This record gives sequence, structure tokens and C-alpha cells, in this order.
Amino acid sequence: MGRLRTVTRRTFMVASAAIAGGAAFGYYKYKKPYENPLLDNLADGQNALTPYVRIDQHGITIIAPRAEMGQGVHTTLAAMVAEELDVALDDVLVEHGPASSAYFNDVALEEAVPYAQTDHGRMAEGIRGLVRVSSKLLGMQITGGSSSTPDAYPKMRMAGAAARHCLIEAASARLAVAASELETEDGAVIAPDGTRISYLELAADAANINVPDELSLKPRSEWKLLGRSLPRVDMVGKSTGTAEYAIDVRVPDMLYATIRANPRLGGERISYDDSKAKSMTGVRFITRIDDAVAVVATNTWYAFQAAQAITFDWGDAPYPATTDEMISRIGSAIDDDLEDSQYRDDGDIETALIGADMIEAEYRVPFLAHATMEPMNATALFTGSRLDVWAGTQLPTQVIEEAVAITELEPEDIHVHTTYMGGGFGRRAEMDFVKQTIDLAKQMPGSPVKLTWSREEDMTHDQYRPAAIARFRGAVKDGLPSAFDLKLSSVSVIASQMSRLNMPVAGPDISIVQAAWDQPYAIPNYRVTGYRADTMIPVTSWRSVGASQNGFFNESIVDELAVAAGRDPLEMRLSLITHEPSRKVLEAVAEMSGWGEELPKGHGRGVAFVYSFGVPAAEVIEVAETDRGIRIVNAWAAVDVGTALDPRNIEAQVQSGINFGLTAAIMGEITVADGEVQQNNFHTYNGIRINQAPPIAVRVLENGEKIRGIGEPGLPPAAPALANAIFAATGQRIRELPLNKHVDFI
Amino acid sequence: MELTLNVNGTEHTVDVEPNMPLLWVLRDELDITGPKFGCGIAMCGACTVHIDGQPVRACSFPVSAVSGAVTTIEGIGTPAAMHVVQQAWVEHQVAQCGYCQSGQIMSAVALLERNSEPTDDEIDVAMSGNLCRCGAYPRIRAAIKTAGQQLKES
Repeated sequence: MGRLRTVTRRTFMVASAAIAGGAAFGYYKYKKPYENPLLDNLADGQNALTPYVRIDQHGITIIAPRAEMGQGVHTTLAAMVAEELDVALDDVLVEHGPASSAYFNDVALEEAVPYAQTDHGRMAEGIRGLVRVSSKLLGMQITGGSSSTPDAYPKMRMAGAAARHCLIEAASARLAVAASELETEDGAVIAPDGTRISYLELAADAANINVPDELSLKPRSEWKLLGRSLPRVDMVGKSTGTAEYAIDVRVPDMLYATIRANPRLGGERISYDDSKAKSMTGVRFITRIDDAVAVVATNTWYAFQAAQAITFDWGDAPYPATTDEMISRIGSAIDDDLEDSQYRDDGDIETALIGADMIEAEYRVPFLAHATMEPMNATALFTGSRLDVWAGTQLPTQVIEEAVAITELEPEDIHVHTTYMGGGFGRRAEMDFVKQTIDLAKQMPGSPVKLTWSREEDMTHDQYRPAAIARFRGAVKDGLPSAFDLKLSSVSVIASQMSRLNMPVAGPDISIVQAAWDQPYAIPNYRVTGYRADTMIPVTSWRSVGASQNGFFNESIVDELAVAAGRDPLEMRLSLITHEPSRKVLEAVAEMSGWGEELPKGHGRGVAFVYSFGVPAAEVIEVAETDRGIRIVNAWAAVDVGTALDPRNIEAQVQSGINFGLTAAIMGEITVADGEVQQNNFHTYNGIRINQAPPIAVRVLENGEKIRGIGEPGLPPAAPALANAIFAATGQRIRELPLNKHVDFI
Repeated sequence: MELTLNVNGTEHTVDVEPNMPLLWVLRDELDITGPKFGCGIAMCGACTVHIDGQPVRACSFPVSAVSGAVTTIEGIGTPAAMHVVQQAWVEHQVAQCGYCQSGQIMSAVALLERNSEPTDDEIDVAMSGNLCRCGAYPRIRAAIKTAGQQLKES
């Protein structure tokens, strides 16, 4: 398949998604800015100079309109505004702000174009530009794809500069001093004679000043906040139990609810018997929400107890009854007739394999749950003419769309309050729990209600990371890989998501081959083909999406090739890579770990390199084989984010990505029997604990071409680095996750 | 059933089923939301509180079995006057999503009150009941050591 055809198909997918969103947002022109949503709700004395800055008599508030689910994004985004505005971060409040298309994200879809992030050619950039236009037309306020920082980096610094410009102009008029004579510092305009006027005093005047089209931003050499490790704005709240998550929202006279839906996801509810539950302590009423049943009570625990007392007759699952059958379908999708994409086809694989010593391998990974620490929940109050929704959501504008559909209110009557999130990892981009809560609130007008899922409901009603299978054929010649033919099969995350958003989808799903087809390895005969099995159990984005499985597949295979070629795996990677930022992270991690030094007996080290979300990330993990099993001794990571805005926070995200990846590598597995997910709480779907988590040294480099986000890229190399380390220590090559099916861990 | 509870030094009277877990009395009856609901089966530690200084999993502890004073994260320090352990958490910038941190801090406080110089193994034993899906473990360990040092010096 030629590249042009592929591009056309992909472009169509983006375009059709834009048309689907056009019903709500189509009248916006790309260049026309969205209206400032802060202007709708200003109290007396409040001024909103841009969608990101509000000033009133109490002070300055910066709107950080991305989900704070642990990545520290509120701090980094607020610092962008504060840097240009010349205010100290301690002196501002930071809020998520309202749901609004003004906060669209035009970087989130960038990786959906079939060009390697290392490719900055005209064609690649042109297609990326098209995607940016489409995502603006879609007007989606979305947090995902490690896109928040690159998306906000121009916009929010510009917002700070715009607000500062207006404040200076206001001071200039008041003092009759030329704007060019005025300086700003710590929330005040300073005149040449030393007169200080605080921004608070100037805000009302500044609100009447137009923002010019062109504004210049500070050069990096003048940064006071960006580029430095800042105390996170949410840290004191999260260390004192005072940070408010959705589950902590309190509305006067609120009732507490829970829900039970068919554990065969999407299956119908045939009947249920709530006669016992109805009369239990604290129960107010029991009602149907689509095919689920909600219990409303005076306390969440009463609701949980009563929900357990309801008996159900559930219908069958609309997908195969067992994981084995689903995985078998994923395997049989590796069929030339079901080819989904082939973004890389260099050289001539078939010719290169003739007469070569063929290396063949099959790899697999299972379905995974998100298992955020905070179970799904939301609170809503419907009055008949207004709806308030409090939720931890990665997609606040979609909450409005869903609420309009359920309540038939106008969008302006729907108020979304986005709270801190007790973990997201992609789960909170789904709407199921929010829709249920709105539906329930609509059934009880005037009465606020908080709907909380039990952990069991949460784990068994996720939209999962899909299982996937990789089949590989390849060969080495003269100490280097000469042929690399990788076939990747999975379920389409995009198709599953779009079906729930009622958006059409066409063209290949790039996430199936993400972080496999675009790796910067120079292998002369190199082909990566994606295959798509039909959607079965619902699936969605899971931290690092396709890179979460393809990093394991690709980098385990590269390790196998190094063994076959008799090469050091790190040194062989360097000899295959010319992309300078990628070489630098490998060199850094080699130096940090003392790669090549002699290790204690029974120890082994593995290396992995994955380029995902525009970030090259290299990791080394060291394990020890003991009589009680494998112990993870140490980990090192080097990443390149182009421009590092907050090094200590970036370190935290890489450590987090590695530990999240290690959980999946060691023990993560969701299985299905009789259509039902078998793991329902942390005793059967655990995460690594402090006793298993290794020390992790992180180095942050800045050689990359563009600024990048770091919520995800630390994750993909963790599993292959661990599996390669186990091979180095024990000689056992494990081609399936989780690894604890094959070896014991301490 | 009417019960009297001492939480963070304040007496509260509640009227609930005797087998209601302490967590849901705190959260939904008393609006004390620092202790978090994570699993309901004492597997994740997000709900950890102290009863007479001993760490317990409030999600699985019937309220009628509470025989001592309850301390929650709100009772050990406030944003304006943080406990040494909370200060160490801020110094090391431990929290990410932060949802498990009330429980992590309560387990750490209980550990350090009996042993201000825990070894890595002792930290593992005391803290492995507290799950952190963000994997903030390297900083949790570092903050415990810093707080222990400060407790010892004070």
C-alpha cells in the first residue's frame, strides 16, 4: 500500500470526525477565537482579561483547563501564564475553570497522523496542520495524549502576555506615562518614578483594552518560573486531606447513590428483584438507568448494601464469553485481508528473508483495567432549568454534549465543575459514570445526588486496554538486523471510543501500531503492519495507549536480535539510530547505569528504548535472581522533552510511568469468563507496592525539536527493560505479559 | 443505633447501623472527607485512620467496634500548621493524583511514632498495605526518612 492512499484514508477519518462535531461547533471559523467563557459568569468587580486569567478584588486566578489527575499539569500550565504576567505562583489561585470550547486541545490529535514525530518534512507538517484545524473545529476540551504542555505552551504564555499588555496600557493611561516606560513585577505595574499600581487596581480598566494581534514572549534567558522545579499548587491540599476530588464534593441535602450494571458489558437487563433492597436501612428509592439499576440512600454504604441485595437476571454479553476466544480472534485477524495499516515498508522483506536464518517469535499482552485509586463517581443537581455536574473528567465539553442529550436543556444551562482526579490514565475520558449521574439527577429534580461506584463495579465495568498479539519474522546479518517484519493485531481503541461518542470513524487506527512503525531504527528491510479485530469487550485509551503494548513487543524483539547478532543490546541500538535526541537518551542511560560494568552474580540488566508522543525514552532495569524469585534492584531512565519546564515534576512523571508499566509487566491481567470480568478488586488485580518498587534515577534532556508532554512516555520502555533484564539474569525469554505467569517475583 | 465518636478531639453523635464501616460514618455522616474510599476490603489503605494511635482501615472497621479516639488526616495537621510528616511530603513533592496520600501519611505517622529511624525493610513492612497507582513510592520512602530525621531531632 502506498503512503498516499494511507494518508487519504487517515485524512478522511479526521475530516469525518470534524463533521460530526460540526453540529455543535461548525459555525466557528478556525481563526475566529472562541468567546471567553469567563465573561458569562463574572461577579461585580471581576474581570477576565483572557480565557485564562480572571482578576477580582481578592486576587488573580489562573485557569488551567486540563484535568489534574496527578501529572502536575495545573502547576505547569499556571506557571506559563504567571511567567508572562509577572506574578508569583504563590500569589495566584489556580482553577480548572468551566467546560468550554475555548479550551480546545489542538495537539491531542497530532499523533493521529501517519508521520513519525521525528519527521518534520513539509507533508508531515501540512497534515499535522490539518489535524489542528479539525480539532479546533471539534472544540474538544480534552486531556490526553501527553498533549497538555505542548498545546498550552504557546497559548497560555500568550494569554499571560496579553493580560500583562492590557494592564500596562491601563496603567499608562492612568499615569499618563508611555507604556514603553512601564515595567511589571510581582503583580504590579511599576512606573519610572517608582510608583506601583497593583494589577487588582488596574483590572477593570484593562478589561476595556483590546489585545493586539502580535505580542512577543519572554526569551528563555528571562524566565523566572519556567524551567525551574516549582512547588506544586496542589501539594499542600493533597498532603493534608483538604484537596477536593469529585468523591468529596458536598452539596447541601445531597443524597448518596450507587449503581449496578450488567457485568456482561453492554448486555441487557432482563429483570431484577429489589423487594428486599427497598426496605433496607437508609434506602430512599431504587430506579432504572438504561439497563442498570441505581439505589439512592442517605449514605453511600447503605446504597452499596442495598445494591448487593438486588437480584438480577442479566442478558448475554454482546462479545465472546471468554478471553481465550477474544485473543484467538485477535490472532486470527493477522490476515492480509484484514490489514489495517502499513505505515512502514522499507526495502524488500521477503527477498531479505530468502536464505537467511529466520528468527520468528509471537508475543502477547492481556486486557488491562485502569484501576484509578478513586472509583468512578460524579455529583449532579438538576433543577428543571439548570444542571450542575461535579466530576473528575478528562473531557468536560463532552459532559455538556451528553447532558444536553439527557436533559434537553440548552448548553448554557449546564455547568460542569471539574475537580481533582484520583487518577485518570485514560479512564476519565469516558462518559459512562457521568451520564448515569446526570440521568439519575434528572429523575430527582431539586435533589443533589452523588453516585459512587463500588470498586467491584469500577473494575468490572471499565473500558479496557486491549489485548494484543505481535508476530515477528526477521534476520540478522553482519552483526545487525537485516530484516524486521512485525505484524501487530489488536482491537481498535479509536473505533470503540468513537462508537460511544456517536462519532463516525473511517481509516486505519494508528494506535494499533503506535510506537512500533515509527521507531528511529535504520533497518534496511523493515515492515510494520497493523491488523484489526472487531471490537469485543469495550476498550479505550490506557496510559500510553498502543505504545503500552508495542513498546514491549518491539523492544523485546530488538533484544532478541541483539542476542542473535552477538551484540551488546544498547550498543547495537546506537548503531541503528541516527536521530540525535534518541542517541543521547541511550548514551545518558548507559552512563547513569554504568552499563557494561560487571554485575554481582545472579544479576542481569535489560535496556529498552521507545519513542512515543514525540519523546525518546531509554530505560535500564537491573534484576537479581534469588531463591524467592526475581527482585527488581534498580532502574534508570533518560527522556528528552525538548524543553523541560519543571524538571522535578518531569522526574515524578517518569517514575510514575515506570511503576505503572511495571505493574502491567509483572502482574496486570484482566480475564473474562461467561462474559464477565473475573478480577473485581485489588486482591485479584493488584498494583506494585512500595516493597517491589525500585529506586528510579531520571535524567531529563532537552535536545528534541519541540516541547513535549511526559505523562505517558516513561511507561512503554519499562516492561521490555524488565523482561530483557530477566533474560540477561536467567536466560529465560518471556514473550507474554504478565511476567508472573512465568517467573516469581519477590 | 446511636453512637458517640471522638474524631480529631471532637465528640460526635451519629445514628447509623452498627456494622456501618467507620469510613462511611466519617465521610457521609460527618463530612470528614480526608480518609478516602478505594476498595472497601482493606486492600489499598486509602482509608487509613488511627484509633488510639493505631493505624486501621476505616473501610472495613465497623463503627460500633470503635473503642478509642479516632484521628484522621485532618486531625494531624492543617495547611496552616502541618505535621512534620506532611511537611516532608511537601518538601519531597510526593503527591501526584494524591488520592492515596491521606492513607499513606497516616500509615507513615504511625510507623514513625514507634520508630523514627526505620530501615528500608521496616518501611516496606509498614507501608506495603498502601497502594499508590501513580507509583510515587521513591518519594514516599524519601519523605519518611526526612520526617523521621526531623522527629528524632525535635
